[in-house]
Amino acid sequence: MNTGTLISLRAITKTYGEGVAAFQALKGIDLDIAAGQFVAIMGPSGSGKSTALNILGCLDAPTSGAYGFRDIPVEALTRNQRALLRRHYLGFVFQGFNLLSRTSAQENVELPLLYRGAESAQRHAAAREALAQVGLTGWEHHTPAELSGGQQQRVAIARAIVTRPLVLLADEPTGNLDSQRGHEIMDLLTALNREQGITVIMVTHEPEMAHYADRVVKFVDGWVESDSRKERHSPPTLPLSGEERTQHGRCDTPLTREAGGVNERGPGTP
Amino acid sequence: MTQMLLNALLLALRAIRRNLMRSFLTVLGVVIGVAAVITMVTLGNGATHMVSDQISSLGSNLLILRPGQQLGPGRDSAGAASFKLADVEAIQTQVPALKAVAPVVGSKVTLVAGNQNWQSQVNGTSNAYFVAGNWNIAAGRQFEEDEEAAGKAVCIIGATVKRQLFPKGSPIGDEVRVKNFSCEIIGLLQGKGQGAMGQDQDDVVLMPIRTAQRRLTGNVNDVSTLMLSLRDGVAADPVMEQIRKLMRERRRLSENADDDFNVMDTKQIAETLSGTIRTMTGLLGAVAAVSLLVGGIGIMNIMLVSVTERTREIGIRLAIGALEHEVLLQFLIEAVALSALGGLIGIVLALFVCLCLTALMHMPFLFNPGINLLAFLFSGAIGIVFGYMPARRAASLDPIVALRFE
Repeated sequence: MNTGTLISLRAITKTYGEGVAAFQALKGIDLDIAAGQFVAIMGPSGSGKSTALNILGCLDAPTSGAYGFRDIPVEALTRNQRALLRRHYLGFVFQGFNLLSRTSAQENVELPLLYRGAESAQRHAAAREALAQVGLTGWEHHTPAELSGGQQQRVAIARAIVTRPLVLLADEPTGNLDSQRGHEIMDLLTALNREQGITVIMVTHEPEMAHYADRVVKFVDGWVESDSRKERHSPPTLPLSGEERTQHGRCDTPLTREAGGVNERGPGTP
Repeated sequence: MTQMLLNALLLALRAIRRNLMRSFLTVLGVVIGVAAVITMVTLGNGATHMVSDQISSLGSNLLILRPGQQLGPGRDSAGAASFKLADVEAIQTQVPALKAVAPVVGSKVTLVAGNQNWQSQVNGTSNAYFVAGNWNIAAGRQFEEDEEAAGKAVCIIGATVKRQLFPKGSPIGDEVRVKNFSCEIIGLLQGKGQGAMGQDQDDVVLMPIRTAQRRLTGNVNDVSTLMLSLRDGVAADPVMEQIRKLMRERRRLSENADDDFNVMDTKQIAETLSGTIRTMTGLLGAVAAVSLLVGGIGIMNIMLVSVTERTREIGIRLAIGALEHEVLLQFLIEAVALSALGGLIGIVLALFVCLCLTALMHMPFLFNPGINLLAFLFSGAIGIVFGYMPARRAASLDPIVALRFE
């Protein structure tokens, strides 16, 4: 398997509607994302950045083009296979948090594990650990209504990482937060990227948030306008570089996934 | 597979627990529907049972011969001639299928004993009355032959009369004043309780027919009613026909004249009454079933609303990797669990209501497992049918569409 490239988009287009009412949101995107990268997708509204993220997250299917995820041809997958791909490899963080209301933080975080069929003891432990990772120890039994916006987004991140995904997709994760909470969330995402090697793909329109990423892709009118890589704005907490970490990190070692009791029956291995 | 089911069950129970108030309102319709159906049917069964019990307590295979036309509109018994003692004898000798023939004359009379008085039905009859009417003597004895022949002033009293006139101690050997003569009490009837029409069967005094004829009605030959008891295993219809022919002959009715008397079969009355009650029970049960259906539609409504309400939730579930059939299963289980729970609560409620009402109406409480099971299964089926449609709609949503749902 190609360890460098995790995701590759080739000539991806997406058209909404039909006939005269048709609107082409993506006009032919080529994009490669390596494992362990922290990518920010920027662009004005209507530029297709959210559409691209939905396609990357297998929430939406492209109209044409090829999408390879770990060399799996995603465009050829069925609805259920895409769901399994999301279940096993992807985590989502949304602008509106999207937590289940009247449900405790703990249960919200356990939800993805329920669909994976994890045992209850293991579920509880993993959820507590994920909540601890986002700094919410002691808040396990609070419902979203009892938490601040920043805390809710932390719960959402805990829910996204509790399954130890390969990729974390974040759609304007700081959009509903004030600047200080926003920076806290960004620090958290950066730490997850650096310390656990999770590939992070984030859509944002705030340049100061995009600043955290080590690669910024700018979308305009359904095209990729620019793709710039830059030095990390702060020294990495681990001495390893991104590439090296990927090779040694747990992303590509199925051991940890199996140790976590996860059914490795991915959509690409029928 | 089991793992998946358990998971779906867990998810569904969590969803129910999260929305306790909504869940309660959802099942309310089913609770009331199930309770109504079970209560109606159980009470109806109790009533049917009670009526047939009471009629069989009148006497098994009892025919009643009375002057006047058949019961019904325009019935006229006042004009028809009474039977004579000779008629009684004729029936006794000419209809061998009868076990007992009891002539009855009677009237409502005031009884006095000590400083108590009580109005009661006084019947003049023979010892055959005990056989025909299915009466047992609780204390004392039946009439002696010479008492019947001579028309002696002796009587046997019912349990109610005893309670009213002789609240304490045994009345045997005491005297009771009947209208204008004194009568020695020689026996006490065993109580029977309420009759089919709600009358008190124990409010009765029996004396030899001659005594009643001489001292009460003043007519030494007339008999107002005959109680006829069929031998065991004899069909009622041919015997009734035989009696009818005999009576027409003896009363010299011309070929095309209507009967001026009628023979009733108590079994037939019992069946008619039970049939009526069963029809009523069915009718009320049907009305209750409609309410159960309405309850089901309530569930469907709430499920539909809850899908709309929970579209975002479905989007979240789909986004984090739930499969379509997993969401479907969760909603289905939620609906079935809710309606089955409603069914159970309904059964408990019906049990409680039935116990209260049967106690209040002095009816037997007959637990009917069939209707309980049926109502429970029906409520479960309502959950499946009305839960499936909104569940399918929920599960087939595109995750992106569901997530963006406002």
